[in-house]
Amino acid sequence: MPDTTLTSDRSHDEPSPGQYDDAAGYYTLGDPIVDTKAPQGPIADRWQTRKFEARLVNPANRRKLSIIIVGTGLAGGAAAATLGEAGYNVKSFCYQDSARRAHSIAAQGGINAAKNYKEDGDSVHRLFYDTVKGGDYRSRESNVYRLAEVSVNIIDQCVAQGVPFAREYGGLLDNRSFGGVQVSRTFYARGQTGQQLLIGAYQAMQRQVAAGTVEEFTRHEMLEVIVADGRARGIIARNMVTGEIETHLADVVVLASGGYGNVFFLSTNAMGSNVTAAWRAHRKGAYMANPCYTQIHPTCIPVSGDHQSKLTLMSESLRNDGRIWVPKKKEDCTKDPRDIPEEDRDYYLERIYPSFGNLVPRDIASRQAKNMCDEGRGVGPMVGDFRRGVYLDFKDAIERLGEDAVREKYDNLFDMYERITGENPYEVPMRIYPAVHYVMGGLWVDYDLQSTIPGLFVTGEANFSDHGANRLGASALMQGLADGYFVLPHTIRDYLADGPFDKIDESHEAVVEARKSVEDRIQKFLSINGTRSVDSYHKELGHIMWEYCGMERTAEGLRKAIDMIRELKADFWSNLKVLGSADTLNQSLEKAGRVADFIELGELMCIDALNRRESCGGHFRAESQTEDGEALRHDDEFAYVAAWEFTEGDEPPILHKEDLVYTAIEMKQRSYK
Amino acid sequence: MNLTLRIWRQADAADRGSLHTYEVSGISQDMSFLEMLDVLNEQLNANGEEPIAFDSDCREGICGTCSLMINGEPHGPEVTTTCQLHMRSFKDGETITIEPWRASAFPVIKDLVVDRGAFDRIIQSGGFISANTGSAPEANSVPVPRDKAMRAFNVATCIGCGACVAACPNGSASLFLGAKITHLGELPQGQPERWDRVVDMVGQHDYEGFGGCTNIGECAAACPKEIPLDVISQLNKDLRTAMKHGH
Ligand SMILES: Cc1cc2nc3c(=O)[nH]c(=O)nc-3n(C[C@H](O)[C@H](O)[C@H](O)COP(=O)(O)OP(=O)(O)OC[C@H]3O[C@@H](n4cnc5c(N)ncnc54)[C@H](O)[C@@H]3O)c2cc1C
Ligand code: SF4
Ligand code: FES
Repeated sequence: MPDTTLTSDRSHDEPSPGQYDDAAGYYTLGDPIVDTKAPQGPIADRWQTRKFEARLVNPANRRKLSIIIVGTGLAGGAAAATLGEAGYNVKSFCYQDSARRAHSIAAQGGINAAKNYKEDGDSVHRLFYDTVKGGDYRSRESNVYRLAEVSVNIIDQCVAQGVPFAREYGGLLDNRSFGGVQVSRTFYARGQTGQQLLIGAYQAMQRQVAAGTVEEFTRHEMLEVIVADGRARGIIARNMVTGEIETHLADVVVLASGGYGNVFFLSTNAMGSNVTAAWRAHRKGAYMANPCYTQIHPTCIPVSGDHQSKLTLMSESLRNDGRIWVPKKKEDCTKDPRDIPEEDRDYYLERIYPSFGNLVPRDIASRQAKNMCDEGRGVGPMVGDFRRGVYLDFKDAIERLGEDAVREKYDNLFDMYERITGENPYEVPMRIYPAVHYVMGGLWVDYDLQSTIPGLFVTGEANFSDHGANRLGASALMQGLADGYFVLPHTIRDYLADGPFDKIDESHEAVVEARKSVEDRIQKFLSINGTRSVDSYHKELGHIMWEYCGMERTAEGLRKAIDMIRELKADFWSNLKVLGSADTLNQSLEKAGRVADFIELGELMCIDALNRRESCGGHFRAESQTEDGEALRHDDEFAYVAAWEFTEGDEPPILHKEDLVYTAIEMKQRSYK
Repeated sequence: MNLTLRIWRQADAADRGSLHTYEVSGISQDMSFLEMLDVLNEQLNANGEEPIAFDSDCREGICGTCSLMINGEPHGPEVTTTCQLHMRSFKDGETITIEPWRASAFPVIKDLVVDRGAFDRIIQSGGFISANTGSAPEANSVPVPRDKAMRAFNVATCIGCGACVAACPNGSASLFLGAKITHLGELPQGQPERWDRVVDMVGQHDYEGFGGCTNIGECAAACPKEIPLDVISQLNKDLRTAMKHGH
């Protein structure tokens, strides 16, 4: 195994292996996690083995078993459709007014699959390899292999459902390539792939609603998990229209509630994306893994002012044809970019990473954009004391392919850009800047996607397992659908083979306790009667997170952030102002619950980031870099998943380590040069 | 910019509701329409008045959640969603009237929030292809001619926002319906259920209380995804064919 942490790579003031404990005092160490339930043996056989060994449930018994699924994105929608079709009783929940509006709908660029339609050297193994490498060797090998393996079926399934993927003239499916890879394996539907995939899953799910196997609860927010006699047995949800607190019981609970990037306030996530479902489960005993791994996406529309409520992504597929540059000379930064001659432009990604160029992975592209701006070569308006933008230029592509071809590929993205910025990207280069986009952290799950609470399964972005410290483009959609259509239905079956479990009813103490805690919390929010709005707290938390736990982190900054968050939390609970009542639609009340959970999560993210004194993927610790400023991993110290256990009161959280063992792949320093 | 806003406030479905007037100041041209409302809501909250309820989620024009009548037009003066409408489309000092979607099949829940559950029920009645998970044939085994795929894609982009219904004097959802019928009807995979689909979906549409289409065309003019009016011709044609064959 090549050593990525040779002593010679380290600066002298760093301690030797075994001595890093930046987070001493902020956590206690728990037992390691030894069993992930992945079958042994050759990696290519593991999923087949697991599927075969998973016990069966006969069709007559399936009708007697009930499943709650929170979330109707790709992960939850696909699972509801598949499990409903299999004959189980499914109850599906989402906070939007329709399942079709889940945040997956916003995904633009595409979905990977190892179809090798281009015969360009792709294979299941290569997709596996690229994904593990792209995640900077911090994902779980057996999960990623399975993902690559089932990717092939996903495309078949979606096409059968009528997903209108892009096609070539002969009627066959078209592909493009995405950041971090050198083959064309990304399937897409113009810039709206997530929308089309989600509509496919949504329609499949609606078919089951009509068939009576799936019951839908829209505008319902899950606020608590019910853990009775050691198993997840239901949820407490608030009907967001009537305010009624409802108890829903089942044999098993699935969380497919998406990611928590909104902890940063400004992100590319939907306004309602939240951590509540996951965080409530965490408080009930589910471990939270690698919470600090945040993906910063390089191609977002830059921030224009402090009124902004969210950031908009420009699909990374644009990097296939757009060239990224900044002026070589600082004084050119305020010029019209069209007046800057070729020789005065610095196509910095092509210069530094000649073999990947503009297609380097997201963490690298993001960090380099930040470096350019920090150096004073950013473009666009001044925000704070520097310009936060680099150019993404389509001039060459338009010359090479013609405007029509470019239009056909990216039209809606160009329109969106023009609408937001008021500039026409066919004429003036786009301006882009990195923004928070996706979280690789999430609830810890084993190979079966089961959390540390028996009977609580977690899928899609809400779990942690497949993307390591950085997610390659077009792989989250793949994971959501893989989990929902092809993985969970098998693993949950094995769990349900022990069911139906003892009936519990609303008088069970676990139900009473969960209900009461939800009711008390709501009353608390409404009764604080302070002076500050929920949004003002959310914004302040977001600033702290972006400043100290964003693109670059230092031990000092993280310690400071933890103190600031603790103060913010105390202020929140004494000075919050939520108007209106609990028994109607009340959007401030909904946000209050979400922000309260984000504050607690933010603190844990900082502790996790403080503990991890290495740079890997989206986690860049300034203390750990090579001489030329690239991320420096420390495999001897940190090749583990950090799984955090919640503790009550002022007790510090408990860290459980799961060692990452690679048998089918060699851990290497990641290089795209 | 300073603006006068006349906004529909309605405590719940049973309340009658009425327009209230608010002043906002310090609005920048770069704000989206919804960010302008966020500013107003912060003001209201500070003054002890309950913020205005309105729907939004993605704020990128793709989820179809946002839904406002702005000066009598769904999503306002531009062909886009409310979240993608920016304040540069308005003038300083303007008075803007903001109401919820108007259609009897979309009852108001509170303030500017309506219930569009009828759209889901229309999809449940047949807006899908029955493909069970796990048994799909190899994707490239059925080529789809590029023009058909493009047409299917262009209409599959409907975001289910309901602007077409809100714009239609008859409160018809024919554009929404036509978009789905055309999306699935253009593809080889959609053929086996094609005729039952159209009959069932139109039946559900009428049952939900949406009006009939009289070819006024306001729907297509208001559609943020520019779904073309000819999907309604496709819908009618499919319906005729289906009836002829006794579906
Ligand atoms: C702008 C953008 C573009 C992207 N582009 C791509 C791309 O091109 N390719 C790619 O692979 N990935 C992309 N991603 C990432 C990808 O879209 C997401 O990671 C993925 O869709 C997450 O799916 P999910 O099913 O896990 O969750 P989501 O789709 O986020 O669904 C979450 C669901 O949970 C529900 N929910 C959440 N909390 C609660 C609660 N407390 N109670 C009830 N319901 C709740 C919500 O209502 C929703 O139904 C993109 C992401 C963004 C933001
Ligand atoms: S057809 Fe257009 S206006 Fe109607 S729901 Fe679809 S996107 Fe909205
Ligand atoms: S909020 Fe999603 S379309 Fe406007």
